[in-house]
Amino acid sequence: MKGHVWRPLYVVIGLVACILIFRMFYVPSDFGIQERGYTFGFHRLSNEQEWKEFPAKYKGTAYCAECHTENSESIVNSGHGIISCEDCHGAAFNHPEDPEKLSIDRSRDLCLRCHFELYMPSSQRNDLPGIDPKTHNAGIECVECHNPHNPSLEDM
Amino acid sequence: MKRRDFLKSTAVFVSGAVVSMSALELLDPGEVLAQNPELRWGFLVDTLKCVGCGMCVKACKIENDIPLDANVTRTWVERYVITKDGKVNADTPKGALNGFTSKLIDQNASGMKKIPDEDITQAFFVPKLCNQCSTPACVQVCPVGATYQTADGVVLVDRTWCIGCGYCIMGCPYGVRFFHPVAKVADKCTFCYHRISNGGNSACAQACPFGARQIGNLRDPNDPVAKAVLNQRVGVLRAEYGTKPNVYYIGLSKEVH
Repeated sequence: MKGHVWRPLYVVIGLVACILIFRMFYVPSDFGIQERGYTFGFHRLSNEQEWKEFPAKYKGTAYCAECHTENSESIVNSGHGIISCEDCHGAAFNHPEDPEKLSIDRSRDLCLRCHFELYMPSSQRNDLPGIDPKTHNAGIECVECHNPHNPSLEDM
Repeated sequence: MKRRDFLKSTAVFVSGAVVSMSALELLDPGEVLAQNPELRWGFLVDTLKCVGCGMCVKACKIENDIPLDANVTRTWVERYVITKDGKVNADTPKGALNGFTSKLIDQNASGMKKIPDEDITQAFFVPKLCNQCSTPACVQVCPVGATYQTADGVVLVDRTWCIGCGYCIMGCPYGVRFFHPVAKVADKCTFCYHRISNGGNSACAQACPFGARQIGNLRDPNDPVAKAVLNQRVGVLRAEYGTKPNVYYIGLSKEVH
């Protein structure tokens, strides 16, 4: 057979070879069908480890209590004892190295997340003391009267 | 051939064929593992305990580097207000990132709706997050193998492999997926895989003061989440889609889906 008949075939073979060589370098060796099968587990296995190594920002109340014993004990018996430290004090990241100081959220808006008076009859929200920020000492911060670690004014 | 010989050889052949047929059915190790793994992450949401403070949403966004101001979130809290005329009003301003600090219900295009307290019959909050389905629709539609399910049941996205086509965002019946505006890939709740795999709690569950969110191992009969799922009246969202969700809700009502 003449060359012009075979030439397209060589081109196709060459293309396929190029794609296969590209694929060999481009697709990671651990890419394939993993434990959950083809439909749900077709992926690069090392990505699972990458997600496990994602840095955690929130360290938890126990971590705070390692150093700040006094502060963590002061809140335990109050109604706010159920709140995690980092909810108001901000995520620890790598505190005390980085950041050296956490910025505490003392805003009215933070308190209002729970204490804005809403009528929610099928929710625990109704059991929390609620205020209307427009009429309840508008303009001053909540922390000027209420100690966040012991919020009840009767106990103070 | 005598009748006795015929019956004898038939019996031998049939029993031999049965043995060899069963030997042909090879067991797929993945299938065996999937049927009985020691770990299967599940989530329990107690809607009766949720007060809608939105600390979970804030913690999730900071923990997982989701831009705070962008209109995307891995988890959110919905407010349902049902009035005497039977109307269901629901909203989730900014996914409840800053909680619910207004009585006005956000009705999108039709503006803010004011409902007088005396008209309300039922009102409650429902936190939402990825259901880490046992047969996830989002994973099936991924054309490149970028999203997948781990052996312990968490659906993840490979950020180096995702091409951002958005099929999975469309495929999810719960709308929990979104396009990450910074990473430029599809993104979703990972159950805080980096935290739970290293012995921690998910950021949202840790931030919740009321214990409305709990994460646990559904395969461990002594796990509080597994116990609640087995013994209490729990429901799942949109069971009719057949994705077998693994986020269980206490106090779910028909208005929520």
